[in-house]
This record gives sequence, structure tokens and C-alpha cells, in this order.
Amino acid sequence: MTKNSVKSAKPGALVQGTLDMLILKTLELQPMHGYGIAIRIEQISKSVFQVNPGSLFPAFRRLERAGWLASEWRETENNRRAKYYALTGLGRRQLKGETREWARQAAAIARILQAES
Amino acid sequence: MVLLKNLLAGLRSLFQKARVEREMDEELGEFLDATVKEKMRRGMNREAALRAARIEMGGVEAVKEQVRAASWESRIETLWSDLRFGARLLRLNPVFAGAAILSLALGIGANTAIFQLLDAVRLRTLPVKNAQEIARVAIDHRNGASGNFSTRYPDLTYAMWEQIRAQQQGFSGVFAWGPNPFNIAPGGEVHNVQGLWVSGEFFSTLGVEPVLGRLLSVEDDQPGCGSPGATISYSFWQREYGGERSVLGRTLTVNRHPFPIIGVAPADFYGVEVGRYFDVAVPLCAEPIITGEDSRLKSRSGWWLSVMGRLKPGWTVERAATQLRAISPGLFEATLPPEFNPGNAKHFLQYKLGAFAADSGLSDLRRDYEKPLWLLLALAGLVLLIASANLANLMLARASAREKEMAMRMAVGASRGRLIRQLLVESLLLAGIGAALGALLARSLSHVLVASLSTQSDPLFVELGTDWRVLGFTTALAMLTCILFGLAPAMRATNVAPGLALKESGRGTTQGRSPFALRRILVVSQIALSFTLLVGALLFSRSLNNLAGLDAGFRQSGILVADIDFTTLNLANEGRIAFANDLLRRVRAIPGMDAATIAEIVPLSGNGINHDILLGETGEPEGDAPVATFNRVSPGFFETLQTRLLGGRDFDEHDAAKTPNVAIVNETFAKKFAKGTNPLGMKFRVRTLGTVSTPYDVVGLVKDTKYGELREDFQPIVYTAIAQFDHPDTDAQILMRSNGPLQNLMAAVKSTANEVNPNMDISFFTFHKMIEDGLLRDRLMARLSGFFGLLAVLLAVIGLYGVISYMVARRRNEIAIRVALGAGRESIVKLVLGEAGALLGVGLVIGAVLALSGGKAAGSMLFGLKPWDVTTFALSILLLTSVSVLASFLPAARAARSDPMHALRQE
Repeated sequence: MTKNSVKSAKPGALVQGTLDMLILKTLELQPMHGYGIAIRIEQISKSVFQVNPGSLFPAFRRLERAGWLASEWRETENNRRAKYYALTGLGRRQLKGETREWARQAAAIARILQAES
Repeated sequence: MVLLKNLLAGLRSLFQKARVEREMDEELGEFLDATVKEKMRRGMNREAALRAARIEMGGVEAVKEQVRAASWESRIETLWSDLRFGARLLRLNPVFAGAAILSLALGIGANTAIFQLLDAVRLRTLPVKNAQEIARVAIDHRNGASGNFSTRYPDLTYAMWEQIRAQQQGFSGVFAWGPNPFNIAPGGEVHNVQGLWVSGEFFSTLGVEPVLGRLLSVEDDQPGCGSPGATISYSFWQREYGGERSVLGRTLTVNRHPFPIIGVAPADFYGVEVGRYFDVAVPLCAEPIITGEDSRLKSRSGWWLSVMGRLKPGWTVERAATQLRAISPGLFEATLPPEFNPGNAKHFLQYKLGAFAADSGLSDLRRDYEKPLWLLLALAGLVLLIASANLANLMLARASAREKEMAMRMAVGASRGRLIRQLLVESLLLAGIGAALGALLARSLSHVLVASLSTQSDPLFVELGTDWRVLGFTTALAMLTCILFGLAPAMRATNVAPGLALKESGRGTTQGRSPFALRRILVVSQIALSFTLLVGALLFSRSLNNLAGLDAGFRQSGILVADIDFTTLNLANEGRIAFANDLLRRVRAIPGMDAATIAEIVPLSGNGINHDILLGETGEPEGDAPVATFNRVSPGFFETLQTRLLGGRDFDEHDAAKTPNVAIVNETFAKKFAKGTNPLGMKFRVRTLGTVSTPYDVVGLVKDTKYGELREDFQPIVYTAIAQFDHPDTDAQILMRSNGPLQNLMAAVKSTANEVNPNMDISFFTFHKMIEDGLLRDRLMARLSGFFGLLAVLLAVIGLYGVISYMVARRRNEIAIRVALGAGRESIVKLVLGEAGALLGVGLVIGAVLALSGGKAAGSMLFGLKPWDVTTFALSILLLTSVSVLASFLPAARAARSDPMHALRQE
């Protein structure tokens, strides 16, 4: 493998399609508002993933339309109004399915990468 | 459920746009705030934190746009804004929009109306359960049939029906029926309604359920039933009885016989005949008491019934036909009319029954009008094409005017696809509005169309619903026209190099040759198509002229026919002629009456009699004898109709039952049977089925007249004296000629008849109206094709005018330079006209080829001229050329008049 033949992945960019799964996972424990979700993803991933609002909010809209998220306006801890997102039953099922599928694929990819060639 | 939520949420953001936007602003604002706070907490000052947060976010509007794009309603919003933009452009250009929408509405409306009619008479199935199981039983390729034929579908005789019912195996049920006008007036002037003879199985086999009472069943249809019940149609119930439930048990008079009303058929059931309706249905067994002594029930040579059935599950039409073919020999053996001579019998015994799919019922309307309607649809389609070409031309003109706008929008980043889409939405808007208006227009047009085919004596009913086929047709038309007139201009308009277009400040240097070439092609095709339509229009109107101006051999106007029916007087055979003659005498005495006569057959009424002619006084030929048509008339027939007597004499009072048989023949008879020599004194006999008459002596020769219809060639006609007929009718059909108003004459005839006996049925019709009604189809074709032709020429001329004006505008500099250099006005006019002439010439050549190849379809509908009629083509060329020259002379003259300095200074 020569140094120039592979472009290393841009740091912080998400693998395509995983943002949805991360949002669902973040909301598994409790409903949160948009900024909270972004921070949470950043913190838990130890700043590997930085979520840009330009992809976060469209994802909220998409997941809400798919019936996996529900939203409501609530008071925040410092007495301001914010839109809280919560996982629906359907979303919970979707998260379970996606997690399982992700684990399966990740394991497979890991096996391929570790194989002696 | 999720889909529904998605839909609702989408609709919410469409209709509560402001609120959804506000929420989105608030949410993003909250996010930004939180980010700023966080950054300030980490030690940034407020300014720097805000800046950093904004950079991270990348613009609130951009994020909002991305959120919007994540849901389906955003597409609709783009479409909506395109539509609004398009509508605004159209509003700013009302003349263009109005002309476009009007021409599309007319074109789509005409096409839809004709298609709606075609759909109703051709494509739709009968309004009964599982219509695909319904088949018709009839003789396959019946030729040389003899006997009495009555009703619109004289497929079979009653004896055959009985045999078919007993022996068929392929149908779970069969029924016989026949249409017949019923007189429901209790007396006096006849009031005819649409009646049906039906066998007991009719309603049950079709699976029709009553809305009130019960429908006729097998129990009602027992031989010798007298006057059992009648079933009436829903529309008759509403019309005559106001939809009252008390109608059950009330009595309806059918040809003076009381019938109790036993039930009402459902609203959508019009019978099995498309294009017609029925008012009253009575069982077949009641035919003898209604028809009286001419009853066809027992007559084996009376053809008047149509038989249909419902196939058993698993049986196909072919299998049923095979079974019917197998039983045919025995069946025809058993139903052979005893009065047949060996010649008739030979034909008869070879007949084979067949089964024919009848899921869309029977229809003489379909038979007569299907082809004309398809042809009209094609003509209307051409008009729509021409209209689309005109629109395309207008759009192209607009495209070159909007070149800068397009260049600008492409320069700021719009993709070509996006622009094409937006331009197409504009066309779609035009096509949509045009189609909607057209569909509205079609509803009234198709009713007018049906009404124009309907006559008082022969009313039509066509169920003109808008079904999925009609909707699909209209939508497809709209899409097609939109693509036809919208796509090419949209492609053309967006095919610009932004830099070049914007740099040019002068006019039109970027217009290459090709847009103009496209416009020329459009105009040439418009001229070609309109030429084809013009030829069609002229062909049909000349054909109608030929028919209307034809010398039928008799006078057509000022003649009234009265049918006085004295069946109820129960006169014996011998008394009838005297009674009829007495009536005739009294009618002749009415003041203002010029002449009157009694005739068995009214010429051109479609009724007819024909018999074999045996020449000489003895002997019978081996094979088929020659046939002539017959009419039984009283003295004065030729005088009344003003048919010229060429030799010999008219009948007179001396020609009576006891005197030798006499006949008057026409020229064609003389040509055919006397080989052109003088037929006076010639002798022949008449063979009617099996019986041969005593010899007839030809005493007169008259001019040829049309017998059955105007289109036919002259036939040999034998006139016999009604007084010498041995089975006189119980009615007198009196033909009267008068110069006075026929309305007054009617009243006078009515009171005269009442003086004789008030207990007679009288009906009237005017001879001229009857003949006119016979030309309905020709008139329809002439009118509609004329209308389409006119429209087409108008559109094509507008197109030509537009292109020539455009050409003149484009070459203004060139023309100005020519004038400045001393070119005369004539040479400028000549230059412009030359251009127009070239377009016209090419268009005419293509049009002539189109007209010649399309003319074949019209050939059989024309009378007295061929589809390649030279005069018609010459006339069309002349007409189109003169209007085209006129249309291009205006811009040419304008160009010649223009001040060259003015044009050059503008550059």
C-alpha cells in the first residue's frame, strides 16, 4: 500500500447513513432537543464525529416523517422553549434492527480487513 | 398509518406554512444560542462566539432549505412556485394566454366530445352483470332470405326462436326480443313510444332487478296470454307518472289494448340496444292482440326477432357457435315456411346458426356512425395538431424574446433541466386550463351531437357519462399537446450560451438559423394539415349538395303524409278499399288541396316490397327469377308527387278487383325487362314466395324515381293499383300536396277523419322532413368537417402570418439596405411573398399527398364524387392560396412601406 493511493477519511465526517442511527441511539434513554443531541454525539464519540446542523435538522425532519421520532415543544432546564425529540415505538424497533445490522456488517468488514492476504 | 402521518405533516407544512417556518426559525435560533453560550463558556467573547457559531452552522437559510428538501412537499412547493410564476407570465400576456387557452379548449373539447360519443356507442359494455357473457344468436352470412322483415333487427322468426330455446346447450339462458313503436294514446292522434317485445327470459337472463314491482318473467309469456302485464322503464316512469309508486296496477293502453303495469326497470337499464332506449316492454305472447291480423307469431316467413343469451360458465362464443351449427340442419328443416317455393327453400335449408359476442349490445347507431365518428375524431385530432403547432410557434417567438432572461438565470446557477422544467410547467398550465375548459365544452358538445342525430320519429338515447376512458383520453390529449407545443420551444429557449447572450446588446444576433427553420417546418405542416382538412370539408359538403340537389324523380316539398288507421272499426276485407277511397275523396275535397293519393310505400321511407318477376303469361324459370320493387297506389299518385308519366295512362276507377290486373312501370324496369323497347302492353306475373299471380298488363310508363334511399341507383319499380290488391290493409296512407301551410292541412285532415269516424288513429309526417332526416349523417359530416376545415385554415393562416411577420422583422436591416440602395417597393413585396409562396407550395404538396391517402377512409361516405375529386382539390388550393397570399401581403406591404433610415438608425 503506497502512501498516496488511499485518501484517508475526512476526520469527523460520518459514514453515509449512520447519522440516523446515531440520532436514534442518542434518544434511546430520554427525549432531547437538537443542540443536546449534537453535543451528546460529539461527547460520546470523543469528538470523532462533529455533527453539522445542515445535516442534523434535515435528518430530524426525515426521521419524524418516517414515524421514528416524535417532537414536542418543552421548557428547557434554563426556562427556555425548545423542540424535544423522542423515540417512538416504531423508532425503537428501527434502532434495534439497525444496530443488529450494523454489528453484523462491522464484524464482517473487520474480518475482511484483518484477513491475511 | 405512518404514511398518513407523513401526508398530514406534509399538508400541514404546505397550508400552515408561516407557523412551520416560525417553528423552524425558533428551533435553529435556539440551537445557535446554545452553541454561542457554549463557546462563551469556553472563554470566547460574544462577538467571536457568534461568528464561529454562524460559520459552523453555514447559514440559517441554507439549513432551512435543506430541511425543506428532506420532505416531499418541497417538490410540490417548487411546482407551485413554478405554476405561480407561469400564471404571472400568462397574466402579463393576456392575449397570448387567451388565444392559447381558447384554441386548446376548442381542440380538446371537440376531440373529447367525439371520443365520448364513440366511447358510449362502441367501447362501453351493456349495463348488465357480466356483460362479457352475453352473445347474439343469428344466422351466419344470411343471404337470399325471403319473407316479411320488420323491426330493426329481423334476425330470426318466432318458430326459429322456439327451436333455439329448446335445443341450444351453450347458454344458461336465452331470450328473444324486438323493438317496436307502441301507440299509447287511447284514441285519436297517435302517440308513439319506444316499445320492446321481450320473451319471458329477457330480464332474468340479463340479470336485471326491478326498482318497483316485478319484471316480466316466463310466467307472463305464455302462448295465448291476451294482454298480460307491461314493464316500463325508469325514465318512462319518471316522465309519464312522475315517479309515483301508485303506478303499479295502473293500466297502459298499447295500440288500444289495456296492459296493467307490473313493474319498473332500473334507471341505468336502457335495453340491449346502444343508442336507443325503451319505454314499455310487453311479452312476445301479446304480439297477436297488438298487431292483429298481421301477427308474425305464427308466420314462419315473418322475420322480426333478435335472440341473445348468456353463455354457461366455461363455454366460449366459439363453442356455443359450434353447437348451434350442429343443430342447424334439423332446426331449419323444422321451421321451413310452407309457402316457400323450391328456390327460397334451397337457400333457407342451407342456413347455419352462429353465435356472436354481444357484450356491447346491438346498435344500428354504431353501424351507421362508428366509421364517421372515427373519421371525425381524426379530423378533430388534426385541428388540435394545427392548434398545437400554432402554439409552438408562439412559444418559440416568446423563447427568443426571453433569451436574455434564460441566460441570466443560467448565469446565476440554474441548471438547464430546471429551466426546461419551469418552461414546461408553464405549458402544462396552458394545457391544463385548456383541457379543463375543453372537458366542460365537450359535455355540451356531445349532447348537441347526439341531439343532432336524433329525430322526432327516431329518438336516440346515448348514455354520455364521463368514465375513466374519457378522462384518460382528455388527460392524454392535454399531456400530448403540452409536449408538442412546449418541449421544443423549451429546449430551444434554454439552449443559450449565457456569456454570449448577455454580452450582445443588440437584437437577435445569437438567433441561429435553426429556430427559424423549426418555425418554417411548423408552418409548412400547418398548411399541409389544413389543406387536408379543407379537402375533407369540401368533399363532404359537395357530397351533401349532390344528395340534396339530386333529382329523385318526384317533388319533395309541400307534401304531407297522413296515416289513418281504421283497424278498430273491424271492417271486412271487401269493405276496406271502399272505406279508404271514401276517406281519400273527402280529403281531396279539403280546400287548398292540390292533389292526394293513397300509397302503400312512401318513397325513401326505407320501407319496401320486392317480388320475383316472371315474364310472359305462363311458365316458371328454373333458377332465381329477376326481382323488382313494388308499390301499391291509388289513381293520382304520379300527379301528387309530380312524377312525369312518359307513356300510357295512370290508374283510374275502372281498375278494380274484378278487372284484369294492370301495372305501371318505370324506365329502369323497361330497360331491364323490355330491353329498352316500349313496355306498354307487356305482360308479366308476380311470384310471392310460393304463389304466382295472374298476368299483369303494363298500361303506363313513368320516369325513374328513387325508391328506398337517395344514394341507391334507380331500381325497377312496378306500381300496381291498390284497388286490385286482395289483402287490403286496415289503414290508409294518404299523400297530399298543397301550397298552403301543412299545419292547417293537418288540422283539416283530422277533422275530416273525425267526421267519418272519431275512433281512428291518425299520425302525420312531412315528406320533406323525412327525406332530410335521411341525410342526417351526410349533414353531420358536412357541418363538422366544414367547421374543422374552417378552423384549420384560420389557424394555419394565423401561423403563416406570424412567421412572415417574424421573417420581415428579422430581415428589417437587410430590407432597409435594399430600399436604401434603390430597390422598389414591388421587389420587396415580391421578396416577402416569395418566401410565403415557398412555404405554401411545400405545404400544399405534402397536404395533397396526405389528402389523397386519407381520402380513402371517406370514400364510401361520399355521394357523386370520388375522394380524389379534381374540382375539390383545385378549389382547396385556390382557397388556401388566396388567404395565404392575403395573410403574407400585410407584413410584405408593411416592410415595403417602412422608412429605411428609421430601421437602420435603430441598429
